Amino acid sequence: MSKVIFSNISKRFPVAAGAAAGLAVDRLNLVIEEGTLVTLLGPSGCGKTTTLRMLAGFETPSEGAITIGGRDVTNVPVNARNVGMVFQSYALFPHMTVRENVEYGVRLLNLPRQEMKDRVGSVLATMALETYADRSPSRLSGGQQQRVALARAVVTQPKVLLFDEPLSNLDAQLRERMRDELRAIQLRLGITSLYVTHDQSEAMAISDRVVVMRNGVIEQDDTPLNVYSRPGTGFVAEFMGKANILNGRIEAVDQSTVSIRIASTVAFTLPRGSRAFRPGEEVRCVVRPEHIRVDAEGAMQAKVRRVVFQGAYVEYLTDLEGQECVFLDSNYYRTGVAEVGQMLRLSVDSQPVWILPNSEAADMGKAA
Amino acid sequence: MTLVSQATPSGRTGASPAFLRKIVVDPWLFGIFAVVTVSVLVFAALPIFTVLKQAVITDRGFDLAALAEVLSKSFVWESLFNTLLLGATSAVIATLIGFVLAFAATRTTMPGKTFVHGVALLPIISPPFVMALAVVILFGRSGLITRELLGIRNANVYGFHSLVLIQSLAFTPIAYLNIRGMLQSIDSALEDASASLGASRWVTFSRVTLPLVTPAILSSALLVFVKSVEDFGNPMLIGGNFNTLAVEAYSQMVGYFDLHSGALLASLMLVPSITAFLVHRYWVSKRSYVTVTGKPTAQTIRISGAAVVLPISILCYTIVFAILLFYLTVIYVSFTRLPGIDNTLTFDHYATVFTAGFQTLANSLLLAGIATPVTAIAGMLIAYLLVRKAFPGSFLLRWGTLLSFAAPGTILGIGYVSTFNAPPLLLTGTAFIVVAAMVVKNLQVGIEAGSNQLRQIDKSIEEASMTLGASNTRTFFQITLPLLKPALFTSLSYALTRSLTTLSAVIFLVSANWTLITVTILSQVETLKIGVAAAYCSILVFVVLAILALMQLLLSSTSPKR
Repeated sequence: MSKVIFSNISKRFPVAAGAAAGLAVDRLNLVIEEGTLVTLLGPSGCGKTTTLRMLAGFETPSEGAITIGGRDVTNVPVNARNVGMVFQSYALFPHMTVRENVEYGVRLLNLPRQEMKDRVGSVLATMALETYADRSPSRLSGGQQQRVALARAVVTQPKVLLFDEPLSNLDAQLRERMRDELRAIQLRLGITSLYVTHDQSEAMAISDRVVVMRNGVIEQDDTPLNVYSRPGTGFVAEFMGKANILNGRIEAVDQSTVSIRIASTVAFTLPRGSRAFRPGEEVRCVVRPEHIRVDAEGAMQAKVRRVVFQGAYVEYLTDLEGQECVFLDSNYYRTGVAEVGQMLRLSVDSQPVWILPNSEAADMGKAA
Repeated sequence: MTLVSQATPSGRTGASPAFLRKIVVDPWLFGIFAVVTVSVLVFAALPIFTVLKQAVITDRGFDLAALAEVLSKSFVWESLFNTLLLGATSAVIATLIGFVLAFAATRTTMPGKTFVHGVALLPIISPPFVMALAVVILFGRSGLITRELLGIRNANVYGFHSLVLIQSLAFTPIAYLNIRGMLQSIDSALEDASASLGASRWVTFSRVTLPLVTPAILSSALLVFVKSVEDFGNPMLIGGNFNTLAVEAYSQMVGYFDLHSGALLASLMLVPSITAFLVHRYWVSKRSYVTVTGKPTAQTIRISGAAVVLPISILCYTIVFAILLFYLTVIYVSFTRLPGIDNTLTFDHYATVFTAGFQTLANSLLLAGIATPVTAIAGMLIAYLLVRKAFPGSFLLRWGTLLSFAAPGTILGIGYVSTFNAPPLLLTGTAFIVVAAMVVKNLQVGIEAGSNQLRQIDKSIEEASMTLGASNTRTFFQITLPLLKPALFTSLSYALTRSLTTLSAVIFLVSANWTLITVTILSQVETLKIGVAAAYCSILVFVVLAILALMQLLLSSTSPKR
């Protein structure tokens, strides 16, 4: 068992003169179930890397405890934790060959010679690195170096595997391929994993759960699907791809649906699920740009502010009675491209519209 | 060792202070740190403080009257003034020459650059007083030039003018290397940009190039100044009545057995040295616009017009000629029976060196051979401890090593004699004390080189080793040290050269059992056995060159295959 539990973890860095407050991670609680891959996602400075480094043992929490498989490792040094780590820069030992890199950790386990050789051999085979085993890492391509880094991290059979933005040094195409490869290997080995990235599409593609962080606090901890389609906060909605957050008012509520007025029009009616709303209540709705379309019959009217041609679609920035609204038109070749200043009628595919939980709306009201 | 740390109670986290945890994580490394720090404090800081104490405290305790009495003596102020005058003059001239050489090498089409480069570096690898010896031979009372060529009978070679000539040439390589490194690392696109904006070559030079290398120019001047203040061999040999602090302190100590005055004079040396060093470290180096990475950017050489290249070349070759003349003179004299009087060729001087004088040569090689690897490895280790591990008390280590570097050899030597002459540290007269002085004096260059290189090594490489189960200590020896190889070799070469050619500190420490080649050369010159001294010098230069070449060969043959 190697379930990972962070309980009430805080990390305070000594504050340098003139710097902002030194609380990098603030009372964080997080569980990584055995064999799953959890991604920490967030902008730089949100505390995701600090959290990862605390699990690795490079940083010691100021408060709270971390357990791996039930064992409290809070004060256990890095080299006694049995974690594997893939670094952003790969951190391959430049003065060793690929094989020596992979052997390094196994040698420290004091295994019988044959077993050591078998392990290294089988990992090199799994990663398709046998042909390069005696080369220097500097003579490998980015993708191959990435595989060596992974091979070196898993060969010691760690309890937990840590990924610190491992794909950020690769070009776009290779990044997708390596992403799928990493995930496949993680699933096959069934190693409990923590993955740090600032790329939301990478996070959604690779994870069992996505944990969105901001200012040292977890904003949302959920499945990739829910984080995208049912964001808990406006921050999460905007971080997970483009989103319009439209201020509206509840027009009517009935048994199964809720209608929402945006400015002067009742813009959309959507299933309300089990959530309770009262008429007149102010709400904030997350509407993805791909769910808005030009429609002569549409309820909303918006004035075009900016037109960006993107090839597959045209991206419009419009003024929706005082609110900014972005949408994508992939039908432009039939309907033509609108011009700045033109009025457009728009309709919304109401099914995927998401009403943000009210606590957040209240918080935002207070802040403003 | 990991057992120890695993036994840490983990119930209340955050209970043990962060610095305690750092120790617990790797007790071995902390042990090494503690040993290194204590050694540096005992062998670097303590002797200097002992001298400072002796300067103000006599047998009767703190005695203001005694202090005032020494300070009222004219030789104190005269030697202080002489030291500052000589340092400032040499600094200006050496920096100017260094700049011209560096500019010629990096910006012009001057012919024979490799040759000029090689000769210009010669003074760095030889004892500084080879030049003094050459000047005496060439320009002395029976000098080859003054008497033989010009027929001057009463030439006075001793004094300020000769010292300036010698120090300027001897310390030119410091300025040359420093300024050259910065000129090379200036992106030539900046000069191109200036030209594209319509600037003439002169405007580009004075408004772009010169301001960018100003930090290197200032830094060279300060370093040469420090070297000049510290120099003992040249003023001793050729200063005549122009006494500097280093010489005066030595003669008070050794000539008059006046420990109090000696200590005071040595302490006075600390003032200009430390001031220059601090200005350099905290002011000049912060003003650098260019980071010297040791990786020259692609340079396009544009200045090929004869109007610029010709005068610069003439100047450079004059300097090169002077340096070569001095060295060849020393070699020539080492094969001459009695220079100026009996110019027949002979091997007698070498015979003397290899028979009666062999012991001193062997001593030098043995002690430098011990000191060199110790200096280099300790330098790398300290760089690692300072850059990567902030143990409680690292500031002691940092300041201890900086102090030993900035302090002139004279104060260190006097400090050693006074500190280690009683149990439990009764070391005077032993080989150990000589080796310790060599190590301490040369440590800082390795620390600098190691620190700079460490900052360029991705920290996650070491972290990767830790996650794979290696301790800090293992990580240092298996991962960090191999990656520091270039810095290690820099440190080895420097330590070797300095240990073999040093004089100012060890002159106080040598004994009948353990004497060194540099000290022997000095006494040979003083007893006018110029031929033997020249033979020693020639051998010393040859030995240093040979070992450096061997080390270079070793470095290139063990470099990782790419």
